Amino acid sequence: MTSGMPLLELRGISKSFGGVAALTDVDFTLRAGEIHGLVGENGAGKSTMMKIIAGVHTEYQGTMTLAGQSVRLRSARDAKSIGIGMVHQELSIVRDLSVAENVLLGMQPVNRFGMIDYATMYRVAGEQLKRLGIDVDPKMPIGALPLGLQQLVEIARVLFSGARIIILDEPTSALSPPEVEKLFAILRRVRSEGTSLVFISHFLDDILRISDTVTIFRNGRRIETAPVPQIDKGWIIERMIGAGHEELEESYTGEIHLHSKPDAPVVMTTSGLSVEGVFDDVSLQVRGGEVLGIYGFMGSGQLELARALFGKLQVERGSISIGGVTAKLNNTTAARRAGMAFVPESRRSMLFHMEPVYKNISISILQEISKLWLRPSAERTIANKHVKTLQIRPPLVDRPLGTLSGGNQQKVALAKWLTHLPKVLVLSEPTRGMDVGAKDDVLKIVKSLREQGIGVVVVSTEPETVLSLADRILVMKRGKITREFAGEVVSKDRLLAVA
Amino acid sequence: MNHWLRSQLRNIAPFATLLVLIVLFSSASKSFATLDNLANILQQISVTGIMAVGLTFVILCAEIDLSVASVANATGIVVAYFTMQDASVNIANIPLPGGIAIVLALAASVILGCATAFGVTKIGIPSFIMTLAMLQIGAGICAMLVRGQIAYNVPSLITTLGSGSLGPVPWIVIVAAIVLLSGHIVLTYTRFGRYVYMTGGNREAAEYSGVNTKMIIAAVMVIAAVCSGLAGMLGVAHFGSAQQDEFDNYLLDSISAVVVGGTSLFGGQGGIGNTIVGLMVLGVLNNGLDHVRIDSFLKILIRGLILLLALIVNVYAQRMRTRAATTAVGG
Repeated sequence: MTSGMPLLELRGISKSFGGVAALTDVDFTLRAGEIHGLVGENGAGKSTMMKIIAGVHTEYQGTMTLAGQSVRLRSARDAKSIGIGMVHQELSIVRDLSVAENVLLGMQPVNRFGMIDYATMYRVAGEQLKRLGIDVDPKMPIGALPLGLQQLVEIARVLFSGARIIILDEPTSALSPPEVEKLFAILRRVRSEGTSLVFISHFLDDILRISDTVTIFRNGRRIETAPVPQIDKGWIIERMIGAGHEELEESYTGEIHLHSKPDAPVVMTTSGLSVEGVFDDVSLQVRGGEVLGIYGFMGSGQLELARALFGKLQVERGSISIGGVTAKLNNTTAARRAGMAFVPESRRSMLFHMEPVYKNISISILQEISKLWLRPSAERTIANKHVKTLQIRPPLVDRPLGTLSGGNQQKVALAKWLTHLPKVLVLSEPTRGMDVGAKDDVLKIVKSLREQGIGVVVVSTEPETVLSLADRILVMKRGKITREFAGEVVSKDRLLAVA
Repeated sequence: MNHWLRSQLRNIAPFATLLVLIVLFSSASKSFATLDNLANILQQISVTGIMAVGLTFVILCAEIDLSVASVANATGIVVAYFTMQDASVNIANIPLPGGIAIVLALAASVILGCATAFGVTKIGIPSFIMTLAMLQIGAGICAMLVRGQIAYNVPSLITTLGSGSLGPVPWIVIVAAIVLLSGHIVLTYTRFGRYVYMTGGNREAAEYSGVNTKMIIAAVMVIAAVCSGLAGMLGVAHFGSAQQDEFDNYLLDSISAVVVGGTSLFGGQGGIGNTIVGLMVLGVLNNGLDHVRIDSFLKILIRGLILLLALIVNVYAQRMRTRAATTAVGG
């Protein structure tokens, strides 16, 4: 594609959080009218970099020039005023407002009495959406739209705000393939009008299809920038994860042979589990010593299914039997007692940040180690054991949990369930937001649990996660299980094809 | 400010306030810093103290109970209702043996607590609203039972505990000390206590760890009601009468004591130790203002300002501590 003049240039950018370097001496150039793909593992620094550009982080070393002029942003509002907009991964729409109100949020047309001119607003928003090829009724409450359309509307909003540089953070993660096509068509049209785009994604195929230039980040440094026609996926992955992670690398590219164990004893069976509008008629079996992966796009119901297996979401129909006994999972306490364990996708909802590490680990087994009176020494002993075997850093059980890194926090979350082993452990997005090293560690923990005969269920919206962990894979689509992969060769492409 | 100081602001600030107040009143009035006056203060905060123990459990769970004073009042009236009154008291009451009257009164407080627990955990009414309704229901019970009259007699055990003394020490101070100590032991050394802190600290995380948080919240609501009931019975004996609206000041006082002491309104941080300091701050303030010449109408405003200050410190301490817990690397 055309590579115009450098529009935005950053030189020697360094940024640290509380003494930990997030970016080290990074140069970055965005040209006019290009789509610039940004890749890197979580924690590589790409989001920090973009937040500096979008005026979210205002304290950093280095310089930034826009169209030759030196700029120093003081706020996101500043950034907006000079035409830099960002679409964050978490949607910032107002669910109860209409599509039009969301698109024109903060710039609704008003009549001469200062009241919002609804007729004009619906017309303008409708025309603009149509121009982008987004086919929705502008009067609809946005919350009623499917997630993918909501995301497109959010992107449309930033486009309409007059931005000439737009940063998109993981815009395709919630989109189905046809929606991705639609998004790409929109982005190409915007590019042809001279707008520059930064496209952050861990979907490398998407990156390669839409970008003109790709920049790779690793450990807070820019590793390399290259025009797309000259590179491929393997080239990116090599630079993204560095050397020595073959197993992980395989899950990105190669075909994986699933070592399913059809003869292993069944530890959990569900039949016909349903929750109206969330998942429907889910029947599955989990075998001891096997990792069952459940994959689907965002909104396919697999994350909710995981919660239902731990009594956090009540099923409307269907039954669950654990170890051959029918279990009524009315709440998490009942689920735990029945032999279930669960680590949710968000660590925040599993851990107590202000409390010391040992209390975080012992909370789920207090019943076993104390009847009435607490035994802190026993709690510390158990915690110390896990800290050692899981190599949690720093190995200090009295440290507040909040001072640990994300990967170490995730290990603490896992440690909660490792003292008295459950029959079935359900992990929701177990590697999200982790760097390569931490991912490898989680991989090892899951494998050791499998060796001990536990049935592990890994639920994810990221194909790499499921592929790198699972022995057998179920694919969910719109709340239903649509395909099972067992004892065969599977690849990311094949998974995506049926999801 | 260093890391330790920041994380401890919640505990240091109330204690510093207490010291400042003591120094202030001691220098302003000769009659303040005496042993007799200390006994006075302790007696004055005893009823509030018993109530505040239950409230500490509730606030640690990040809930609130606005019905404590009302439940106390109702329980006090129930125990008087089941006690023989003088002929001059025109209440259609049912005299029963003292022990039975006490049991019935405590049962009444348990029932009120269970009603709150049911509303909050089973139906899902926010505790703020649910206990507001219970406040009104408690007041209603009081009104129905005494019908504008005043009852004076309560069972002799209650009279002793509420207004008698063991040697130089008033029984009510002893009871308050025992309740505070029990509360502290339960919160600090038992499994249930840990669950209370964890439920308040992060309810979702507690649930995902297999803790039955609804059960914990139900339990603290009942504990609060029973503490209030006990405070109500002793309070009636202490004041020498049972009538409508006599505990009205105690709702604000007991909430103030807990919050001024530094227990977090967001749950999970604080404890009985904090509540004791909070009680002392309020006690010293109320008592001290009587010892210095000051417009009695101004006193009300001053108490309001102190509460506001405590709330500001509370919110600020929460922020400091969160920051200290997530940014400190050096330890």
